[in-house]
Amino acid sequence: MRKILLLAAMIFAFAAPGKAEAHAFLLKSIPAVGATVKASDMLRLEFSEGVELAFSGIDVSSGAGSAVATKNVRFNGADHKVLLADLPPLLPGTYRVKWHAVSVDTHRTEGDFSFTVKP
Amino acid sequence: MSCRMSYAGLLAGAAGAIACAATDAAAHGFAGPRFFPATVATDDPFVADELALPTFAWFKDDGDVRTTTYSVGFAKRITSNFALEFSGAYVQQRPPGGTTVDGFDNFSLGAKYQISVNPVRETIFSIGIDADLGGTGTKRIGAERFSTIAPTFFFGKGFGDMFERTSMLRAFALTGSIGVAIPTEARTPDGLGGFEDNPNVLQLGLALEYSLPYLQSQVRNIGLGVPFDRLIFVTELSLDAPLDRGGGKTTGTINPGLLWAGQYVQLSAEAIIPWNRGSGHAVGILAQLHFYIDDLFPASLGRPVFGGRS
Repeated sequence: MRKILLLAAMIFAFAAPGKAEAHAFLLKSIPAVGATVKASDMLRLEFSEGVELAFSGIDVSSGAGSAVATKNVRFNGADHKVLLADLPPLLPGTYRVKWHAVSVDTHRTEGDFSFTVKP
Repeated sequence: MSCRMSYAGLLAGAAGAIACAATDAAAHGFAGPRFFPATVATDDPFVADELALPTFAWFKDDGDVRTTTYSVGFAKRITSNFALEFSGAYVQQRPPGGTTVDGFDNFSLGAKYQISVNPVRETIFSIGIDADLGGTGTKRIGAERFSTIAPTFFFGKGFGDMFERTSMLRAFALTGSIGVAIPTEARTPDGLGGFEDNPNVLQLGLALEYSLPYLQSQVRNIGLGVPFDRLIFVTELSLDAPLDRGGGKTTGTINPGLLWAGQYVQLSAEAIIPWNRGSGHAVGILAQLHFYIDDLFPASLGRPVFGGRS
C-alpha cells in the first residue's frame, strides 16, 4: 500500500502546478431541455465551466430544418459560464438547439436538444 | 488488462478476474455529446490521461478465500489517439481458518489506440494490447512467473441516434471489449512435482450505462440537481472463457452500481455478483476514486506528449 501511495505522490510531483479546468457540461438552459414553453425571445445556456465566446456557438433550427437567426450571442455580464442569445419571435412548433463550447482550457464539448413552443 | 490469468495457480474461478480488472486504468471520453465515464470492472474504449487511485475490491472466491485488493491504474496519452497504461495491485488473501498472505500481483503495461470516433453516431472503436509481466509480483499470493499478452478490441456506442429525440432511452450507452489472453508459457510446474496447463482465455467485457447527465442535457431536464445530475447507472459484465488446455468453465462477474462523474474526479461503487458457482459464492464490493488528469492538469501532465491537446 505504501508503494502505491508513493507512486501516486511521484505522479503528482511531476505534474506542473496549474489552474484546474475541465470540460464544459451544459447544466441548465432556458427554455429547458425538452420543455414546452409559451414563447421565448432569449436562449440561455449555463455551463459547468467558463467558456471562450470566440470558439463557442449556438445554432437554432425549426422542426422543418430551417435556420432560426439567433443574434447577439454573449456572456451573461461577467459570468463566462452563461451564454445568452436573442431569438426572433418563434411560431408554435418544435425547435432544435445545437451548441458547442470550448472551455477556457480549450476542452471542447457539444450537444443539442429540443424545446417546443406551444400555440 | 490481461492480468486475469495471474491468479490461476491459487485462486479458482473469477477471483483473479475481479482483482485484476479492477486495476485497469479505464478511460473516460466523449463521442459527440456523449460522455462515457471510466468503467471499473471492465476496460473501456477511450484513451485519456487519468489515474485510478485507489480501486478497492473485496470478494470471496469459490474456495471461500477472502480477497481484498488495493489497486492503482495510470494512463498517459502519447498522442491524442494513443496511450500507454500501467497498473498494479496489492493483494491480501485469507483462506478459511488460515492466516492472511499478502503481496503485489504482477504489474501490467498496456497500450491503446483509438481508431475512430463518430460524434453523430456516438461511437468509438479502439484496439489495445496489455501485458501482465510475469515474475514482477509476489509468489506467495499466486502471481505467475510467466507473462500474459492480451490483444483486445474495444467499442463504445451511445443510443442517442437510435430513438426519437424525446425518448428517454437515448440516455443509454454500451461499451465493451473482446480479447484473448495468451500466456507466454503453455505449461508450468505446479510446485507439487507436476505441471499446470495455462490456457488461452477469451475475455469479454460489457458495460451498459444510463446517463442522467445525458438525459438532462440532451433529452429532457427532469429537474435533478447536485449531486444527482452527475450520476450514471451502470451494470458491467466481465467473463473469462478458457479456450483450450482443459481450462474449465467460463467464469465471471456481474457488477451493478453507480458512477458519479464530477469535473475532475469520478467516484464509483459496484457490487460483485458471481456469474456462476465457479466464480464465487458471495457478493463482493468494488469501489474506485478516479482522477481526470487531463482536466486537473490541462497544461502539463494532462496533455498528450506529442500533438497538443485534444
